[in-house]
Amino acid sequence: MTDTPLLKLTGIVKQFPGCLANDHVDLTVMPGEIHALLGENGAGKSTLVKIIYGVLRPDEGEILWQGEAVSIANPNHARKLGIGMVFQHFSLFEALTVAENIALGLSDPKDREGLRERIVEISTNYGLPLDPDRAVHDLSVGERQRIEIVRCLLQSPKLLIMDEPTSVLTPQEVEKLFETLRRLASEGCSILYISHKLEEIRALCEKATIMRLGRVVAHCDPRESTARQLAELMIGTELKPPSAMRAGAIEGTPRLEVNRLTLVSDHQFGTSLREISFSVRGGEILGIGGIAGNGQTELMDALSGEVYAGKPQTILIDGVPAGHMGPSQRRSAGASFVPEERNGHGAVSAMTLSENAFLSGHIRHSLARLGLIDHGKTTAFAQEVIKVFDVRTVGPKAEARALSGGNLQKFVIGREVLQKPKVLVVSQPTWGVDAGAAAAIHQAIIELANEGTAVVLISQDLDEIFALCDNIAVIAGGRLSAPKPVSATSVSEIGILMGGISDPVGDSHAA
Amino acid sequence: MQLKLEPRGFQSKFWSYASPVLAIALTIVTMGVIFLVLGKDPAVSLYTFLIEPLVAENGATELLVKASPLILMGVGISLAYRANVWDIGAEGEFTIGALFGGGVGLAFPDLPFAVLFPAMLIAGVIGGMFWALIVALLRTRFNANEILTSLMLTYIAQLILIYMVTGPWRDPQGFGFPQTAMFSANATNPTIIEGTRLHLGIFFALAAAAAGWLLLTRSLLGFQLRVQGFAPRAARFAGFKENKLVWTALALTGGLAGLAGTLEVTGPIGQLTPQISPGYGYTAIIVAFLGRLHPIGVVFAALLLGLSYLGGEAAQIELALPSAVTGIFQGVLLFYLLGCDTLILYRLRIRSSRPAAVRA
Repeated sequence: MTDTPLLKLTGIVKQFPGCLANDHVDLTVMPGEIHALLGENGAGKSTLVKIIYGVLRPDEGEILWQGEAVSIANPNHARKLGIGMVFQHFSLFEALTVAENIALGLSDPKDREGLRERIVEISTNYGLPLDPDRAVHDLSVGERQRIEIVRCLLQSPKLLIMDEPTSVLTPQEVEKLFETLRRLASEGCSILYISHKLEEIRALCEKATIMRLGRVVAHCDPRESTARQLAELMIGTELKPPSAMRAGAIEGTPRLEVNRLTLVSDHQFGTSLREISFSVRGGEILGIGGIAGNGQTELMDALSGEVYAGKPQTILIDGVPAGHMGPSQRRSAGASFVPEERNGHGAVSAMTLSENAFLSGHIRHSLARLGLIDHGKTTAFAQEVIKVFDVRTVGPKAEARALSGGNLQKFVIGREVLQKPKVLVVSQPTWGVDAGAAAAIHQAIIELANEGTAVVLISQDLDEIFALCDNIAVIAGGRLSAPKPVSATSVSEIGILMGGISDPVGDSHAA
Repeated sequence: MQLKLEPRGFQSKFWSYASPVLAIALTIVTMGVIFLVLGKDPAVSLYTFLIEPLVAENGATELLVKASPLILMGVGISLAYRANVWDIGAEGEFTIGALFGGGVGLAFPDLPFAVLFPAMLIAGVIGGMFWALIVALLRTRFNANEILTSLMLTYIAQLILIYMVTGPWRDPQGFGFPQTAMFSANATNPTIIEGTRLHLGIFFALAAAAAGWLLLTRSLLGFQLRVQGFAPRAARFAGFKENKLVWTALALTGGLAGLAGTLEVTGPIGQLTPQISPGYGYTAIIVAFLGRLHPIGVVFAALLLGLSYLGGEAAQIELALPSAVTGIFQGVLLFYLLGCDTLILYRLRIRSSRPAAVRA
């Protein structure tokens, strides 16, 4: 290892309309180092790595690559320098094979010779098993990520940038990925690892640069810091320990029952739900874990009534058969819902907070009379949500899109919680939300359960599920495992379930 | 030096109102240039086109006569467009409405006015709705694009009109002209002011604008239409039924267009002929956009585009220009409006041609 940094950024500035994304950012990555870039959503991490990868050009600042000043014109140039990047969202053609996808990503056609052999060689060397001839749509998300990694490794990079790589992986897959990354680092390849998952960073990285609001706020050795210290550096305030505790007794009668819910997906690459059954009692929080794309969206749609769930008896809300009902009737029956996507699903970005309060609140709060909107009552309701949930905004007249992700999510959750539902179904409530807002949201969910609401929490974040839930089930391939008490299971057991529930013998794939 | 459009990241409130004003100004300048190229004095021509029709005798009432059908249809179109229901067939709905309403008038010419005229208006509304609901059926049942179906149905409507006035409904005393008999006195849309052509249509138009405004800002239905337009997925989440909203939006547009058609043929025209509309249904689309898809904005936009019809007539008579001037004015206006609307989402930046300084 030499003393010359592999990559040294000084004083990087990038201004977007209305937002200073990078404000004199410095970053130094040494050869063979696993370096964490840590920060909340919107801290400027993505902008910075896009500058390194040549996707964006900085307004100001200097980039030194192996001690020499460079101006990285485009990603092609970055790859030539030896910079590889694995994006959070894969760019793969589902209908093509692994080898075809990799060939498409190569800038030099000469590299295509002997490509299959090299794919096999690299993937076995680094413990990333891949069959070059399989079509991508057959592969799991973890396998797809391997394609992206192998694609980078083919170019023998000196620096590999990984953008939130573990958000789609099971705990076992994460462990495998870490082995690969450690191995690469030991061979001298530096890794710039972007994440907001603190435990991962502590387990993997030897150095961390922490960003907040476009600026670098700290450098540290994550192995010597606690997750809490890192979190506080990241959000800039002292974290309060979770104050709400699970206190309410779980009632005997189920508030939400789902009986053999089977639903064929209309989408080509959607997941069909197969024979899903569970029940949730008042005061209980049931966590549904699983890797993205295993039927969570379809399950949410079926529970909320956006998609009809078949026979009335398939879903019982507080004892009322509701399988045939639409969302409005289900709300009247006592349910409320928070979908995964805020913008354009749970809320309308172009509408005001008042209007968004009306969107799902008008039924249980009777905000319309004789077909006319009661503006006074609606504004009061929006105001209440803003106040109770500490939504940072100028007021109910603000448009939803003017709010940060965390604030809008607090508003959406607050809107549903204040309807005092008997059943609450939430999907990914803290996805893309800052730590402060996430804590407030968790507390609201716990308090609601303590008051006797049955809560279903669909989440890919196992920490969240283990922290909040009484019982936990896993969805994989459109099937749901039998719910188990959290105390009677472990992260590794759940991880195995997330990898896929083996089909019972003789299953005819009737769905 | 180069011009560059930069996303603002939000919708500019200022430009959503300033854009139509700028578009109108640019249109007037462009019309001046066109008049100049045609060998006319631009100042005189613009005066003839835009001012003279207003100061002429009965100018104000004539303007309202032209604006009435534009308001009625513009309001309906605005409501539908808010919900992403792109009905461009108001012209056809206007035509079928005129046939239904006019047909009732021709069939029962001797019924008392108080019975006959309302019946004709209701028939007109039903006719327009019927035509628009074909579009709704095709979209909700077969997922057929309403832009195509509504446009094609307009041609069919026009051909049905021609068939009726040259065939079954032709006036036997009409010397073979393709037109029906004049409507009886009891089937005629009464004039409001003696000596002018101003008819009941303006009342219906203003009532429609007021009702449309109330619907959009105060009612659950208006809210549903807007959510459907902004975010269909959020509409589903809220439990609003897309198909029902498509049917409702088209029923509203069609009904108002059918009403406009009946008022027009029973008023200024007085009979059914192959030419009952100088393209009101299409002009109403420009009216809707210029009026920012807002029922009150539509009223002002309809006055301006109504003026373009009067100006076209004046230019024909006094400047010996073809009446196509009206179409050119409307086209240029829509062109500039769509262009200026870019400024709602983007800002114009003038940059020096060398790229942003990168010290490297």
